[in-house]
Amino acid sequence: MITPSQTVGPFFGHALPYETGPDLVPDGYPGAITVTGRVLDGAGEPVPDALLELWLGETGTRGVLRRDGEGASGFGRCATAPDGTYRFRTARPAGPYLALLVFARGLLRAVATRVYLQDGPDPLLDSLEPERRATLVAREDGDVYRFDVRLQGEGETVFLEF
Amino acid sequence: MTHPPNLSPAYRSTILRAPSRPAVAFKTDPDAIELTSPVFGHQEVGALDADLTRQHAGEPIGERIIVTGRILDSSGRPIRNTLVEAWQANAAGRYAHEGDRHPAPLDPNFTGAGRCLTDDEGRYRFVTIKPGAYPWRNHHNAWRPAHIHFSVFGTAFTQRLVTQMYFPGDPLFPFDPILQSVPDAAARERLVAAFDLDVTEPEWALGYRFDVVLGRTPTED
Ligand SMILES: [Fe+2]
Repeated sequence: MITPSQTVGPFFGHALPYETGPDLVPDGYPGAITVTGRVLDGAGEPVPDALLELWLGETGTRGVLRRDGEGASGFGRCATAPDGTYRFRTARPAGPYLALLVFARGLLRAVATRVYLQDGPDPLLDSLEPERRATLVAREDGDVYRFDVRLQGEGETVFLEF
Repeated sequence: MTHPPNLSPAYRSTILRAPSRPAVAFKTDPDAIELTSPVFGHQEVGALDADLTRQHAGEPIGERIIVTGRILDSSGRPIRNTLVEAWQANAAGRYAHEGDRHPAPLDPNFTGAGRCLTDDEGRYRFVTIKPGAYPWRNHHNAWRPAHIHFSVFGTAFTQRLVTQMYFPGDPLFPFDPILQSVPDAAARERLVAAFDLDVTEPEWALGYRFDVVLGRTPTED
């Protein structure tokens, strides 16, 4: 008797984003990384009204919605900009990947994926064909990891169902 | 099938946004971080966050209502201390969102966003005003039935749910491609709150009950 999903719609901006949502760590946090990219639709156009949630697998010490102290939070939330970009500043996860959820107008149910910081032996990655596998691996550029979410079509990101 | 298929062409925005390939079923890893979820502390939510009628200097215009219910897992067990967020249009059907161009009045006393944590029985409770129906450009003469958006966590990231709560007896139901995207009539019914005289407070506010049941986690299979 599960409750069905419905779209987040276009008008969540006054409700769901919060000030420190994209910043899981305070400025100057040692070893922090940036995870950034764009959300694109089936025509390759940016999705300006998506909401992304990042999860590192543990709550952390800095709080989830209210960031206090100097530690790291394990959860972040970021709405896309008009050009479809998002940007998180986070600690590195304990394992090889971060969990990512994408909500948007036009998505009746959130899509779930993973951001792998590097390629390597992994039960999920190893189960995918090479070109599909590549959609889950971020491009590393110093402490910046670039990860685009392609909702549909060429280069479509692998989405997961658990 | 409980959830709507992502491609539901009557809801036009799905056409270029729905993934074309089925989600990859992945259940082999007991250490998957998606089996855990953020833990929320009570200091994260303000005392007035759950009362959408008391967030400004004056009271919002509209029909004051109480919306309460329980967040449950698929076995009917309460989910405690989980975050419930709600947002909605005002009584005139206008969102306090810069993108909303519906020519209906804004209400300076209503933002339309609230949050709370569930108690030990999985219960949440919001005080708000009944939102208005509003037009959208999906098709000719398209109107959304009155609804409150809900966002719910759970004990696993896989249970994360965003949905919409509707009000009983709304004549717009058959014409709404978003509600109708849920294929099963009984499942659509679960998105409609129940009027409840026991929740209703005399001389104060009508009461509605809306329970949310989250999906099972992979380890429960
Ligand atoms: Fe809405």
